[in-house]
Amino acid sequence: MLDLLQRLGRAALGFFRRLGRGNLFLLQTLASMPGMLLRPGLVVRQMWSVGVLTLVIIVVSALFVGMVMGLQGYNTLVDFGAEESLGILVALSLVRELGPVVTALLFAGRAGSALTAEIGLMKATEQLSGMEMMAVDPVQRVIAPRFLAAFLAMPLLAAIFSAVGVFGGYLVGVGLLGVDDGAFWSQMQGKVDFYDDILNGIIKSIVFGFVAGWIALYEGYDAVPTAEGVSQATTRTVVHSALVVLGLDFVLTALMFGG
Amino acid sequence: MAEPIIQIRDLRFARGSRMIFDGIDIDILPGTVTAIMGPSGTGKTTLLKLIGGQLHPLSGSIRVQDEEVPALSRSALYRLRKRIGMLFQTGALLTDLSVFENVAYPIREHTKLPEELIRDLVLMKLEAVGLRGAAGLMPAELSGGMARRVALARAIALDPMMVLYDEPFTGQDPISMGVLVKLIRELNRALGMTSVVVSHDVRETSAIADYVYLLSDGKVMDHGKPDDLWGAKTEWTRQFLNGLPDGPVAFHYPAPPFREDLLGGAGR
Repeated sequence: MLDLLQRLGRAALGFFRRLGRGNLFLLQTLASMPGMLLRPGLVVRQMWSVGVLTLVIIVVSALFVGMVMGLQGYNTLVDFGAEESLGILVALSLVRELGPVVTALLFAGRAGSALTAEIGLMKATEQLSGMEMMAVDPVQRVIAPRFLAAFLAMPLLAAIFSAVGVFGGYLVGVGLLGVDDGAFWSQMQGKVDFYDDILNGIIKSIVFGFVAGWIALYEGYDAVPTAEGVSQATTRTVVHSALVVLGLDFVLTALMFGG
Repeated sequence: MAEPIIQIRDLRFARGSRMIFDGIDIDILPGTVTAIMGPSGTGKTTLLKLIGGQLHPLSGSIRVQDEEVPALSRSALYRLRKRIGMLFQTGALLTDLSVFENVAYPIREHTKLPEELIRDLVLMKLEAVGLRGAAGLMPAELSGGMARRVALARAIALDPMMVLYDEPFTGQDPISMGVLVKLIRELNRALGMTSVVVSHDVRETSAIADYVYLLSDGKVMDHGKPDDLWGAKTEWTRQFLNGLPDGPVAFHYPAPPFREDLLGGAGR
C-alpha cells in the first residue's frame, strides 16, 4: 500500500515537474516572439514545412470526410424528407467540429511528430548546444519560428479542411444522390452564422494550433537525446496532442455552444 | 607568469548522487594548448560545459577572463560565448545548412557585415582547414573528419580568444587525426588563441599540449608539462599514460571472490 502511494506520489511529482518545465518553455518561447517580427523569413520557411507540406493529407482527408458525411447525412435525412438540409448538416458539422478537430489530429500526426523528431534529433546531435555555445538562443532561432508557424498554419488548414469537406458533401449529396443544388447551398447560407459557427470554429483551431505546436516543440526540446528518447517523445506528441485537443474541444464547445 | 585566462577553484559538480568534480583547481594560461585528459566518464566534457556556462556548478569558482561564469546574466554569458569557440565531439553542424552556410552562421548571427565580406571570411576559414572546395556540400555528404574540420572553421569564424575542443580525435582515421592535430596546433599559434583540448587520446594530445591536466574520480590526479608527466612518479599517471590494463585502476570491477561466485555462494 505504502509502495503504491509512493509510486503515485512520484508519478504526480514527475507530472507537475514536466508541466512546470513545459510552462517555462512556453513563456520563453512567447518572450522570443517579438524577435520574429525582424526575421519573417524564418517563419515563412517553417510555414512551408508545417503548413504547405501538411496540405495533401488535409485535403484528401477532408474530401473523404465530407463525402462520408454527405452519404450518412442523406440516408438519415431522407427518412424525414429533409434531405435538402444536407448542406446545413455538412457545413455546421465541419466548421464547428470536424474541421478544427480532425485538422488538429492530422496536424499532430503529420507536422507535430515531424517537429518533435526534428528538435529531438537536433538535441541528440548537439546542434542546439552548438547554437548556445555560438551565443545563439535556440529557443529564439529554432523553437519560436516553428511555434508561430504552427499557430498560424492551423486555422488556415482547418479552413481549407472545412471548405474541401463541404465540397465532398456536395459531390455526394448533389452529384450522386440528387439533392437539389440550390437548396444545398441556400440552406447552408441561411443557417450557417459567421460569428456563432465560423468564428467559433476559427477560435477553436487557433487554440488547437497553439496547444499542438507547444506540445510538439516541448516534447522535442525535452526529449532524452537518444534514438529511443526521440522515438518516445514523438509518440508522446501524437498521444498527448490528440488527448488535449479532444478534451479542449469539449471545454470550448461547452463554452461556445453550451447554452 | 601571465594571468590565467581560465581559473577554476574548488569546483564541485554532481549529477544526481554521483559527484563528478569534488573540488578541482585548474589554471589555463593564455596562448597555450592545455589538455584535459582522463578515463571515459570522468566528466571532461562536463568541464567544458561548465566553462561555457551550459551547466552550473554546485559550488566553486570558474573565472574566464576575470568574469565569474556561473554568476553571469544570460546576456553577459552570450557576450562571453561570442569570444569562445567550441568544437563538439559530433561536430554539431546544422544539418539543414551547407558547409558554407554553417561557417557563415555565427558571422551572420552576430555581425551586420556585407555579403561579399562574409563570403570572403568564410572562404578564408574554410581554406585554413583545407575545405574551401567543400563549401557547397551538405553535412550529410562529409566524412567524420571533414565534419570536424568544418566545425573547427565555424568555431574560429568570429576569431575567438579561446577554442574548447571536445574529444576532437575520437573515431578518426590516422590521416584525419594527423590533420586535426596539425590544425589545432597551427591555428592556436597563427590566431594567438588559447586552446583547451579534452581528450583521452594520450599520444596525439600530449604531442600538441603545452600543459596537461589528468582527471579521475572527481579530482585532478596530476598536472604538468607533457614531458614531466611521462616521467611521472605516481603509479596512476603511469598506468593512464601508458594504457596499462592493470594498476591502481583495477582490471576487475569489484566483485566477491571468483571461487565463491562460481560455487553459488555470492547470492546470485
